[in-house]
Amino acid sequence: MDRELIVALRGVTCRYPDAARDNLVSVSLELPAGELHAVLGPNGSGKTTLVRAALGLVPLVAGEAEILGRPAHTWSRRALARLVGVLPQREDNLFPQRVRETVLLGRYPHLSLFGGVGATDRAAVDGALAACDAADLADRWLWTLSGGEYQRVRLARALAQEPRLLVLDEPTASLDLRHEMELFELVRTLVDAQGLGVLMITHHVNLAARFADRVLLLSEGRPAGAGAPGGVLTRDTVERVFAWPVSIAPFEGRPQMTPLRLRKEAR
Amino acid sequence: MKYVVLAGAALATLAAALLVGPANLPLADLPGSAIVWQLRLPRAVLAFLVGGALGVAGTSLQALVRNPLADPFLLGLSGGAGLGAVAAIALHLPGPWALPLAAFVGAVGAMALVYRLGLMGGAELDPRILLLGGVAVGAFAAAITTALVSLAQATELRNAFLWLWGGFSGASWTTVLVMLAYAPLPLGVLVASARPLDLLALGEEPAQYLGADVRRLKRVVYLAASLLTAAAVAVAGVIGFVGLVVPHLCRLVWGRLHRTLLPTAFLTGGILLAAADTLARTVVAPRELPVGIVTALLGVPVFAFLLRRWTVS
Repeated sequence: MDRELIVALRGVTCRYPDAARDNLVSVSLELPAGELHAVLGPNGSGKTTLVRAALGLVPLVAGEAEILGRPAHTWSRRALARLVGVLPQREDNLFPQRVRETVLLGRYPHLSLFGGVGATDRAAVDGALAACDAADLADRWLWTLSGGEYQRVRLARALAQEPRLLVLDEPTASLDLRHEMELFELVRTLVDAQGLGVLMITHHVNLAARFADRVLLLSEGRPAGAGAPGGVLTRDTVERVFAWPVSIAPFEGRPQMTPLRLRKEAR
Repeated sequence: MKYVVLAGAALATLAAALLVGPANLPLADLPGSAIVWQLRLPRAVLAFLVGGALGVAGTSLQALVRNPLADPFLLGLSGGAGLGAVAAIALHLPGPWALPLAAFVGAVGAMALVYRLGLMGGAELDPRILLLGGVAVGAFAAAITTALVSLAQATELRNAFLWLWGGFSGASWTTVLVMLAYAPLPLGVLVASARPLDLLALGEEPAQYLGADVRRLKRVVYLAASLLTAAAVAVAGVIGFVGLVVPHLCRLVWGRLHRTLLPTAFLTGGILLAAADTLARTVVAPRELPVGIVTALLGVPVFAFLLRRWTVS
């Protein structure tokens, strides 16, 4: 089946106004509906910049960034928010709010200027909460949630946007094992059941290898490898990019990495 | 329901403002009295409009600079308006409109300066720099104002000082009409920005991802809220605490969504200021307290109470 291409980056190079070097150098990526792509790389390798470039938030020096075949920067914020749900790493909650209220914010790109919140919006909120296994949290205050619950609620808000694409920036940072696995399983389910495209930035090489259809490995803004996890995550490449010795062994058909200890003479 | 309650409270406040006053009119004489129609009513309506404008401006600015302690006057407007007004008094500018116009010009001048400072980092308005720039511009204007006041004659000095603390003794139907003609545009702009302001509470980047045009939103909200405050200060002087306390009060009762918050902040601010003005002109009758003193005396305890609630929860 030929799946529609949602994000297309072709040879994208970009640089922030005050940066000393290009933050991304000729990076390409094609994300069709129904696939989960992981973006891997050390801190400062350009993962978040890549996402911002894909969403038209960073001016390009060279290359093209398209969403559904249209240059990313030509989309209005509102139209894009109906198509793409983003979970940035950081956000604040200036004033106290309840879970249902924050998920309702995901409906804002669908609401007209003076129109109210209708039955479809409430249904979308309920559906998103249910899909994220967060229906029983609906009336809780946001500040009472655990880290795992909070991420599920934020995912529900992104789903309430009824997007075709989800962009997740380190969604499992600081989550414990169970909550982390639950989130990865949930995202994978959304990809398979609803045909969402997902672009996920993560530091978890092993989870990316097991859950993603394709991985893009970045090193100092340059692509160090792209494709199926088995082809990209080889020992040579991972050691070079992350500057640490590792061993790689397959598990259930996917490469799994174990970082090695530095050998000490005394042992 | 909440609007019925608030509208009832507003009518009650306006009725009280019409009933009481130093003239001590018998009830039967009230309907035909020029004191009621030409003095008390326009004054109460003006106080209501100014209070409402300050409530809405304060609510929007707190969301814009993402700081719950923001006050419409924190952004340098009171300093600019005070400088304009005192300069008009010191220069003996003639005519009933000289003082409000000079105050308006001063406030808009301060607004433009702070806005320019806020854009220093590039094309994006930086709310942190807005706050710092507002404090700096306000302090600078206050220094010049104090210099002018210290050089002025004694009676002029008293006038300038009283004007700075705010009051509605100069209210007339003309001022009411000016305010009625002026306020709807910035008020409408702010109400139309209600939903993006909800999103801004998450931070600028998350707000963009939920469809807000943050760059435009920041400019529009800053300008509209400042123009509203400039008009309020021009007709009534610097009235503190309404723009700070009313937003918190409304958030506490009606939640944080601006579609509800902005209209309720308008009504609540109007009620509070109309009531404060009634107190200001009756408690020491036949003399008057500056209404800014009443709002500060009432507002500071309320604010202390709110702070306590926050630190507890």
